Amino acid sequence: MSKYHLDYLEQLETESIHIFREVAAQFERPALLFSGGKDSITMVHLAKKAFAPGKIPFPLVHIDTGHNFPEALEFRDWLAKEVNATLVVRKVEDTIKQKNLTEPKGKFPSRNWLQTYTLLDTIEEFKFDACIGGARRDEEKARAKERIFSVRDEFGQWNPKLQRPELWNIYNGRIHKGENVRVFPISNWTELDIWNYIRKENIDLPSIYFAHERQVIEHEGQLVAISEFVQPDANDVVLTRQVRYRTVGDMTCTAAVESAAANLDEVINEIIATRISERGETRIDDKVTEAAMEDRKKNGYF
Amino acid sequence: MDLLRFITAGSVDDGKSTLIGRLLYDSKNILIDQLEALEKSTKNRTDGSVDLALLTDGLRAEREQGITIDVAYRYFTTPKRKFIIADAPGHVQYTRNMITGASNASLIIVLVDARQGVVEQTRRHSIIASLLKIPHVVVAINKMDLVEYSQDVFNNIVIDYAEVAKQLGLKNVTYIPISALNGDNIVDKSEIIDWYDGKPLLEFLEEVDTAHDIDLDNARFQVQFVIRPQTEELHDYRGYAGKIISGIYKKGDKVKVLPAGLETSISKLEVGGREVEEVFAPQAAVIQLADDIDISRGDAIVKTEDTPVVSNELEVLLCWLDDKPLQAGNKYYLQHNSRLVRAVVKSIEYKLDVNTLQQQPVEGGVKLNEVVKATIKTASPLVYDPYDQFVVNGSAILVDETSNSTVAAVLLQ
Ligand SMILES: Nc1nc2c(ncn2[C@@H]2O[C@H](COP(=O)(O)OP(=O)(O)O)[C@@H](O)[C@H]2O)c(=O)[nH]1
Repeated sequence: MSKYHLDYLEQLETESIHIFREVAAQFERPALLFSGGKDSITMVHLAKKAFAPGKIPFPLVHIDTGHNFPEALEFRDWLAKEVNATLVVRKVEDTIKQKNLTEPKGKFPSRNWLQTYTLLDTIEEFKFDACIGGARRDEEKARAKERIFSVRDEFGQWNPKLQRPELWNIYNGRIHKGENVRVFPISNWTELDIWNYIRKENIDLPSIYFAHERQVIEHEGQLVAISEFVQPDANDVVLTRQVRYRTVGDMTCTAAVESAAANLDEVINEIIATRISERGETRIDDKVTEAAMEDRKKNGYF
Repeated sequence: MDLLRFITAGSVDDGKSTLIGRLLYDSKNILIDQLEALEKSTKNRTDGSVDLALLTDGLRAEREQGITIDVAYRYFTTPKRKFIIADAPGHVQYTRNMITGASNASLIIVLVDARQGVVEQTRRHSIIASLLKIPHVVVAINKMDLVEYSQDVFNNIVIDYAEVAKQLGLKNVTYIPISALNGDNIVDKSEIIDWYDGKPLLEFLEEVDTAHDIDLDNARFQVQFVIRPQTEELHDYRGYAGKIISGIYKKGDKVKVLPAGLETSISKLEVGGREVEEVFAPQAAVIQLADDIDISRGDAIVKTEDTPVVSNELEVLLCWLDDKPLQAGNKYYLQHNSRLVRAVVKSIEYKLDVNTLQQQPVEGGVKLNEVVKATIKTASPLVYDPYDQFVVNGSAILVDETSNSTVAAVLLQ
């Protein structure tokens, strides 16, 4: 093999860096939507590389549902400092109060839906014209057709019929006033690519990605941590299990997997062995309907 | 492990979805929950089999209409390669999607139904492959089970296609007899098709040599973004960030900044914040220059000994991708990598029939999915190479000034 050769992770990295730079150059007010999970952490790492030795030329924006893992929030604050980035946090809690929205009820009250309101308000508040998201095309069938630059109308809506053709590596980010673009720099990465890259680049992650002990209850075959937001009822058996998380979402709707994987190598080995896709295993609210993702995207979800 | 991007093309019902489903399924890239969803949605089928095509069927509108109408991307990995499939629909009116999917592909799988042989759609897809200069072509002759795995049927299709390939100047064409439904010659070599002594499809995809698809001889770089930290310790730092389009740049190389034409040399090279001695395509790099010259986004930095074309009068092939027709005299933005310039389509010479490659006169405007030869004038010069020699530096898009949509794929001549 010639020394002028990039392996697949380097090729993916190159493509993502190229996209980050296009965003910084084409838009006046971009923002990186930071969810706290490994995908957004990887994006921050890529953005850092894209603009080194300068700092990342856009803020990290976190839409805080109020149901986050404390470990993830702590990590978020640490990371923003570490890379010297501006951190903007907007809370779903506040949107609920301001707009008098109805809090979701039930045992696993998911504020996932409500995030959309807070996000759209935040876009409006800061006049963001490009929001960089960590969605990957391998996550879900509806995502497989998403462009890398995906135009949203004034209402944050996505119209699958009106997507622009995306040719070669040329990204057309021209928009009308009021519109904005969602940009997905890691579209072409799979879950395993992300993990392999994290290992290769030695990227720090919140501790909940690795095996730890937690009190959980079992719900439809999935383990949910007991927390301020999820309380066991009379029928539940509270178990103490060694678990880790594959995604970092809300404590109310992210399930843990039983695991003894304490480091990256072990985590990666487990992922290769499990053969259960990320969303299916860990997002309690996603199984609702097959078209759930599509509906949500049309409504301006990430 | 490296990366291969390919596109699948075929007419409706040739078995494209089944083939992709099969590749994902047999290479164990389908996960348990996806499989469950698949089984659930095929419960109503009378024969009880799973419908692999459903795996690749994305949007609801498509599910309702039962046809694929937009490019979708699929991923799978084997121990040898990571694959990105652009799944482009076969329907006649969606040439634009195929061009979109094909623009990044280094290989195309052209599906042929063994019962039908080479049809109009096969020619059309092959013409697009040749226009876009996709380096490798695999002709997958599918549904061999329906022609009793006949070697004669296969051979006749090979003869027919070879004629098309010759006419189009397609090189590197490989023929594989398959049954996507039964899995013959997909991952494992078919036992029934014992007369075929080539590789099964997946093995071919894993081994096809793509190292030479990247040009390392001619150095091309375009500035995407200027990095100016303006901090105390990096007060005078000025780095030009961009992708190495092709070739190799070394510290100390004499370079020319185009279109201005100023000469200087490379003082420092960085990749991801780390200083390096040389950079090569397709790395994302930062170049620092010895002299302080005025450079902005879209400017090219090339080596002095070999220079691209610098011109504002462009001969182009345009693939029209918009519902609104093109008229000679229309103004657009032209985007060539990161360089955005105003442009006017001066004249339209002829239309290229994508079924026969014949040149035809243009009457009225240029419609969606049509390919035309045209001349474009830009407000400031473009630094490019002819597409035929140099895909990555010879491609551009046209953007409608009023709708902002991408309306054409531009192949610079
Ligand atoms: N007998 C047979 N049928 C096939 C084969 N491949 C696909 N089919 C069938 O052909 C039909 C169309 O296939 P599909 O994958 O949906 O085609 P697409 O429109 O090209 O995506 C389906 O009923 C498939 O089951 C094959 O190799 N042999």
